[in-house]
Amino acid sequence: MRFRKRQRLVVIGLATLLLGGAAALILTALEDTIAFFISPTEVAAGELQPGRNFRVGGLVVDGSIERLSDGTVRFALTDTAHEVPVVYAGILPDLFREGQGIVAQGTLDDGMVFRASEILAKHDENYMPKEVADALKQAGYWQHDGEEPAGETQ
Amino acid sequence: MIVELGHFALVVALGLAIVQSTLPMLGAQRHDLTLMRLANTTALAQFGCVTIAFAALTWAYVSSDFSVVNVYQNSHDAKPLIYKISGVWGNHEGSLVLWVWILALCGAAVAWWGRNLPLPFKARSLAVQGLIGVAFLLFLLLTSNPFERLDPAPLEGQGLNPILQDPGLAFHPPMLYLGYVGLSVTFAFAMAALIEGRVDASWARWVRPWTLAAWVALTAGIALGSWWAYYTLGWGGWWFWDPVENASFMPWLAATALLHSAIVVEKRDTLKAWTILLAIVAFSLSLLGTFLVRSGVLTSVHAFAVDPDRGSFILYMLILAIGGALALFAWRAPLMQPGGAFAPVSREGGLLLNNLLLATATATVLLGTLYPLALEVVGGGKISVGPPFYNATFVPLMLPLLIAVPIGAMLAWKRGSVVAALGRLKVAMAATLITAILTFTLLDAASLGAAFGFALAAWLVFGALDDLRAKIGLFQLPLPRAWQRLKGLPASAFAVSIAHAGLGVMITGMIATSVLQSERILAMQPGDTTTIGSYDVRLASVGEVEGPNWIAVRAVFETTRNGSPVADIVSEKRFYPVEGQSTTQVGLDTSFWRDLYFVLGDQTPEGAWAVRLYVNPLAAWLWWGVGIMSFGGLVSLFDRRLRVGAPTTATAHRGGSAEPEPDGPGARASA
Repeated sequence: MRFRKRQRLVVIGLATLLLGGAAALILTALEDTIAFFISPTEVAAGELQPGRNFRVGGLVVDGSIERLSDGTVRFALTDTAHEVPVVYAGILPDLFREGQGIVAQGTLDDGMVFRASEILAKHDENYMPKEVADALKQAGYWQHDGEEPAGETQ
Repeated sequence: MIVELGHFALVVALGLAIVQSTLPMLGAQRHDLTLMRLANTTALAQFGCVTIAFAALTWAYVSSDFSVVNVYQNSHDAKPLIYKISGVWGNHEGSLVLWVWILALCGAAVAWWGRNLPLPFKARSLAVQGLIGVAFLLFLLLTSNPFERLDPAPLEGQGLNPILQDPGLAFHPPMLYLGYVGLSVTFAFAMAALIEGRVDASWARWVRPWTLAAWVALTAGIALGSWWAYYTLGWGGWWFWDPVENASFMPWLAATALLHSAIVVEKRDTLKAWTILLAIVAFSLSLLGTFLVRSGVLTSVHAFAVDPDRGSFILYMLILAIGGALALFAWRAPLMQPGGAFAPVSREGGLLLNNLLLATATATVLLGTLYPLALEVVGGGKISVGPPFYNATFVPLMLPLLIAVPIGAMLAWKRGSVVAALGRLKVAMAATLITAILTFTLLDAASLGAAFGFALAAWLVFGALDDLRAKIGLFQLPLPRAWQRLKGLPASAFAVSIAHAGLGVMITGMIATSVLQSERILAMQPGDTTTIGSYDVRLASVGEVEGPNWIAVRAVFETTRNGSPVADIVSEKRFYPVEGQSTTQVGLDTSFWRDLYFVLGDQTPEGAWAVRLYVNPLAAWLWWGVGIMSFGGLVSLFDRRLRVGAPTTATAHRGGSAEPEPDGPGARASA
């Protein structure tokens, strides 16, 4: 039946067009929008061009937290091998504190200061973000598996 | 004793589920009535057993029985009663008990209310449900026993993560699970249909109420979670494209597609194989969501505990269920008789476009969610896929869909005309144009994008109203005649308009909060004043307060507008000594036009407080829109025709034909 054949052709054509379009969208988006996760050591090595969006994870350096009068916060992140200075304008997560493992997302400015647009800390003080645990492991510091459930560390 | 009874009930439930998954299936093959009827009995008994287990665990929580490991780890004597109860599902084991309980509830509901289902079909469906039950009960008993004892029993528990101690979150998991697990019924019906090799209009009629109910629950569940994130995380937003959010959003997208394609099966007896596939995909995505959240591959608030055994168990279960279902589909789907043909421009064509776009959108979300995991597994580095990705992929796919909604709903079955549909949408088009011009000229932050967004939302709302108007012939027929037609209209006709209008209202809120949000971050001393938008805000006081199981720093913001008081907004930072954690309580004042959303931060060395102030215009519209949309689903659920066993023609309920009916000819052809 010709009608049915044409119907099928239209459907297949439309589906191909859509999937092709979606694939193109996804590929360009993956190129531009994803944020790579890197460690402070990699930042210090100068492997990253300023202006690009990425995530850096580490421990908040003891005594580095500085609250400025305009509400912005300065602190340093470390993987125990290298430190990255971070500036953040915003409300810090409830679990943000010295020695805590956190992840900051943002860009590196020309002065090699990390300007965070987002700070992520886990909602559990015993919990280490997996990325941070891996970065610490690479720097040869962290001994435990980063994924210890809260209830069993007591 | 009660705890052991709960454990024992779970084991009995497993035994019943094994019987339910095998004997009725055998009975359906052999036409053995006794074996087929066994499905009913076992489904109801299984529900009874799981209910006992669920009640036993709840009792352990309410009575603070810390000799149970699960209670010890997740509860505390000083917790308010509601959070003792919601604590039952605020952890891995308990949430699985809830999952299994809802699964058993769905099975029992099919057994109880499915009297109009043919017995072999019902037996097979319940057998598939039983099989899912076996898998989850095994998982529960082997890897996540909620009734494990602790000896000696500690005197006090460790408490519940304070961020979960919230009314919105207390009901978020049950609603979400009702949606996830409700889709298991659709899945079971699809499996039974594949085994029987037959899908027809009555199949679609059985499937639709279940899909609808699951969809309504899923919509409400996601909205509760999103609402909770909005008012507790204090980030000013309501959706973060977090993998865990995506895990619940993907089944929703698939279920939405399924709702629409089931209409085509019901009315036109076509797109059958596709609808079956969607039913499989929707439940598979529910399982995938459960896997992503429960296995701990995603690091998130939801990953309460991480245990590789559990992850691999769910992964195998996932592979078996999805692989098995797709294999059955590949084997049996070619048996489906192709149904009525239709032109590309027709109601069927419109619904198909809806399906294609939703399916593609689901695929982009799936890719964005799994790509970082896949990349890490192959050693390609760690990445995070965030909102920019979805804005660049998901949003462009949604735009044509939203533009098409009012037109598609106006197209005739079988062969339609876009020009004719637009001709009947003149009022909506005019209203849309006016909205676009008004928003573009009146808004300070006027941009073409914002005007387009609001116009799109208006198009959906007015298009939905215009659709209803056209159906009853208002302004074309004499008023009493239109009133007659209005009364004769089936509930599902109202449901379509309500749901689509709700979508428009929701999108209005989404666009307003995204485009027109104003934000200020600053440090304020008590007594300081500042302005945000047209509001003057004075930090009146900062003091300490004490709650049942927390202490807090509480800030009061006196807000005025042009000198007249608006509201005293209270923001808190709470500290829970038992758990050693703090949470944020956003100060929120909601009105028709805007939300004032104030967050209290840390104290600076000079004694000032970091505060983050937002004005979120039309934020409440988002939640109202979701509510209206869900209400539309409920209205459709109570459509009389869905509860009548025998298929009726689509024309039977129509009023007169003074004007061409949108779905007249096609529906008649299918009858």
